[in-house]
Amino acid sequence: MLVEFAMMHAWLVPLLPALAFLVIVFLTRPFEKLSAIIAVGSMALACVIASFAAYGIFTNHEFTEKPLVYAANWLSLGIPGVTDSLLVQVGVQLDPVSAMMMFMVSFISTFIFLYSVGYMKGDPGFSVFFSYLSLFGASMLLLVISSNLLQMFIAWELVGLCSYLLIGFYTHKISAREAAKKAFVTCRVADFGLLLGLLALQITFGTLNLVELGEKIHNFQEYTTIGMLTLIAVLVFIGPIGKSGQFPLHVWLPDAMEGPTPVSALIHAATMVVAGVYLVGRTMFLFHEVESAMQLVAVTGAFTALFAATIALTQREIKRILAYSTVSQLGYMMLALGVGSLTAGMFHMWTHAFFKALMFLAAGSVLYALHHKADVWEMGGLIKKMPITGWTFVIGGLAIAGIPPFAGFWSKDEILVATLAEGHYVLFAMAAFTAFLTAFYMWRMIFLVFFGDEKPENHPQESPWTMTVPLIVLAVGAIGAGWMGTPWNNVWAEWIYFGEPHHGPINYGAMLLSIVLAGSGIYLAYTMYLKDTKKKRARKLAEWFGPVHRMLYNKYYIDELYLWFNHALVDGTARLFYLFDLYVVDGFVNGIGTFTKSSGDGLRVFQTGRLQNYALIFFLGVLAVAVLVTFTGPSAASLVLGGVK
Amino acid sequence: MLTISLTHYVVLSALLFSIGLFGVLTKRNAVAVLICIELMLNAVNINLVAFSKYITPLDFTGQIFSIFVITVAAAEVGVGLAIIIAIYRNRLNVDLDNFNWLKW
Repeated sequence: MLVEFAMMHAWLVPLLPALAFLVIVFLTRPFEKLSAIIAVGSMALACVIASFAAYGIFTNHEFTEKPLVYAANWLSLGIPGVTDSLLVQVGVQLDPVSAMMMFMVSFISTFIFLYSVGYMKGDPGFSVFFSYLSLFGASMLLLVISSNLLQMFIAWELVGLCSYLLIGFYTHKISAREAAKKAFVTCRVADFGLLLGLLALQITFGTLNLVELGEKIHNFQEYTTIGMLTLIAVLVFIGPIGKSGQFPLHVWLPDAMEGPTPVSALIHAATMVVAGVYLVGRTMFLFHEVESAMQLVAVTGAFTALFAATIALTQREIKRILAYSTVSQLGYMMLALGVGSLTAGMFHMWTHAFFKALMFLAAGSVLYALHHKADVWEMGGLIKKMPITGWTFVIGGLAIAGIPPFAGFWSKDEILVATLAEGHYVLFAMAAFTAFLTAFYMWRMIFLVFFGDEKPENHPQESPWTMTVPLIVLAVGAIGAGWMGTPWNNVWAEWIYFGEPHHGPINYGAMLLSIVLAGSGIYLAYTMYLKDTKKKRARKLAEWFGPVHRMLYNKYYIDELYLWFNHALVDGTARLFYLFDLYVVDGFVNGIGTFTKSSGDGLRVFQTGRLQNYALIFFLGVLAVAVLVTFTGPSAASLVLGGVK
Repeated sequence: MLTISLTHYVVLSALLFSIGLFGVLTKRNAVAVLICIELMLNAVNINLVAFSKYITPLDFTGQIFSIFVITVAAAEVGVGLAIIIAIYRNRLNVDLDNFNWLKW
């Protein structure tokens, strides 16, 4: 009964936070506690409905083949009955992928909302913050359950807007404002590609409904060529490159950490940034038909994973390290999708949401205790004063490094196995090396922040319960979220897959390799940053590889490159156009004016004001016409006199 | 015996018209210019009546038309004289050389 209600009314899930947004903005803004209760309550209710709906989906295998879709007509253009007329629908599509995502987003949002109550205490924009969070929750859930790509695109832009608002939430900080702008502009660049891709899909296939598109693209030869389909796939993929922080549009994501920490955890780690991965997963039927686009996705993902992991090695700010780690993990997910494993990609997204949200929230707890001192080198030994934060962070660290039985191990292993099974050995090597780097840089941070000597100038205190409860809940998730996808009993793969559920043999070699890589990464971090109390070895290494270290610390100078590009090319072109405008366009316009004026000056001579001069000219004109009519034929005369006979 | 043919009328009309035109273009006095305009109009009237009589003797189109012309000419002179009187009240003369206000 409840389950059926939830499944038929899944549209309530995004609606509730949207209502909360409106109520907070228009009614309860002056009352901070009430606003927080409304935001958390509506999200918790949405989470309950989402849980029931997800339960309904995951107990009935019919929905893996045939998603539950209900839609309403939104707008239609053209003549009824004509095939070319445009019909846009909005609706809800429930299948295991969207149900899982809907549950995950609402669940994690609930706890991050709760955490924000503690974290944002005393902030002058407390209510506003919760209204933005609610709007974000609504948009993200709308994106997740969309049955239509246009609807998804609208939600996609909405989450981008919320991201912008929340990154720049501390409007008094210049860096926050700049970061917000950077995020918005970078994502807009990418969204333009996505929009073009969607338009091309609509034009080619005449629909944007996911189910119909899936059927039509399967027989795409009837509609278009493989070349066109490749173009469409690449254009669609540009959107996820921006939103999911893939190279080369990853630059906004680390800067986005200027926002409040719950925002970093919710939007820039657990939910919004995986929207790109989710979109690729949803449009897998498109990528599946285009081999080259799949390879593009896989290579982009693997490269981003490695690239971001190397940058994370040298960063000093706690949230920045986590941000690059997010970029790297998103690369993993893309890699999984690129090698054709929707199962592995979605699985990693699921586990990553738990442990990365956990780590961000724990980092926020650290920042809260240290009054926003962010440099990991200035921290140390925090685990004694902040045991809950410390140990939950350690759990997150074990999960992301890939130590069994924590969640990250199973999903990362799945990706490695899928890559290997598809025969992408280079990509496998990149992913495996990234796993080693991940373990190293994560544990470098953990050893520096939570272990070692305490710094006397720090006076940390454990955070209030609203902050620690979400940490504990998410820590449980970071431990157990992967157990449904173990190679021995892979429930996950039976529900979430593309094409056929995949049942490969258990690859103990890959499993062993990833454990060894993770273990050695952690051990290396241990010897360099904990055992070696003076950090001599780390310093020496940095000196030996001076230029490399500087390059990594400066993020491969990508920002500088973009800045240079912007100055040289964009500003240069703008200058060129400015000069063109100044001299050519303005010259033409002014020229017309000057011509009119000077010809007027010339003709002015004839206007003497004397009546008799006019009469004379008038007479001469008549005379000329008379002479013309007399000495030429009637045709010329009629030409002059305008056809008078 | 010298008969008066259409040509005579036309020549007379042309002469009268030319005299009138000369006067319009050269006279300084505005009243004289008005009189000259009357000459030109009457040259036209002669033309109309002559052509009507010689070419379409059964119709009276030309004659009727010239009556219209005379009527209009009377009205025109009335207006013209009124303007000249108004100018005279302003300028105390009617010398056309002074009337160059129609210029920008």
